[in-house]
Amino acid sequence: MKQEVKSVAGKEIEVVQNIFDENDRIALETKETLENLGVYVVNIMGAPGAGKTSSIISMIRNLRGEKVYVIEGDIESDIDTVKLKELGIDTIQINTKGACHLDAPIIQNSLQELTIDKPGILFIENIGNLVCPAEFQIGEHIKMLICSAAEGSDKPYKYPLAFEKADVILLTKCDLKEFVDFDDEFFLKGIRGLNKSVPVFEVNAKNGQGFQQVATWLKNRIS
Amino acid sequence: MHEYPITEQIVKISSEKAKENNARRITRITLVVGEYSGFIGESIQMYFDIISKGTLCEGAVLEIENIKAKWRCPNCNINYSRRPLSFACPECGQDGEPTSIGKEFYVKNIEVET
Repeated sequence: MKQEVKSVAGKEIEVVQNIFDENDRIALETKETLENLGVYVVNIMGAPGAGKTSSIISMIRNLRGEKVYVIEGDIESDIDTVKLKELGIDTIQINTKGACHLDAPIIQNSLQELTIDKPGILFIENIGNLVCPAEFQIGEHIKMLICSAAEGSDKPYKYPLAFEKADVILLTKCDLKEFVDFDDEFFLKGIRGLNKSVPVFEVNAKNGQGFQQVATWLKNRIS
Repeated sequence: MHEYPITEQIVKISSEKAKENNARRITRITLVVGEYSGFIGESIQMYFDIISKGTLCEGAVLEIENIKAKWRCPNCNINYSRRPLSFACPECGQDGEPTSIGKEFYVKNIEVET
């Protein structure tokens, strides 16, 4: 039996609303709240194993006199938080249970657990991932991209958004360059194609090389 | 996981707009998705079918307008698509700079029944 379909003329309504709007609004709220407490927020992004936690520890060592807070984002486990707490650093852990990035609501909620009693720097270690963290603002003043020499010099070309959005880049494990045929020129050319002015620091957390310069750069940003 | 919370936002934005316009239901949602937005239309569709259940968006068709990313050459004053492993301008060979073209991610319009 043929069924008669009654057609209803649809009415088109213009929307043009950015899907990130709500996330960005919450991120801005977080940033303002922390700014009023004198806290400068650094969103640390990078692939798994790039050396994000080691870089945080090395920066803290060179930031004597500054109060430092850390929020550790991981899919699971609190290994990094335990490590940081043992060093006497105020750290809280977020486990996203599968989510591949931190977003503004997650950070806003987690801040309730963090006691901020002094102005200082808050490092937020994002989930190890070179893709999604770059898309979400979380309330940061700057995005710091951690990229290790072992990952290869083609990364700016393969993951352009992270390099484009970075306010500062740390090339970690720079002592490995010679063993992995790291091509400095190709790496820097890729970065400059995406981000003309971003500073790039070569560092090595094993011996602390380069972290004094990073700490000085950070201090200049804050003051 | 990545597209899930984003799809919730799409359903929320569209439903609110439909309510404002006293719509009975939404029949179509047009999304604009830039190549570098980091989101994939097919994945959004998968979550959309689940998340939209019981909302004004249930049964709506998701229409996705994809936008290719463009670089800009300040010397030649042109926009271009980059080739793999290069950001060079196809005219002069110098590296251009990224633009906002290709980073779009928004709900453009909805079609509703009132």
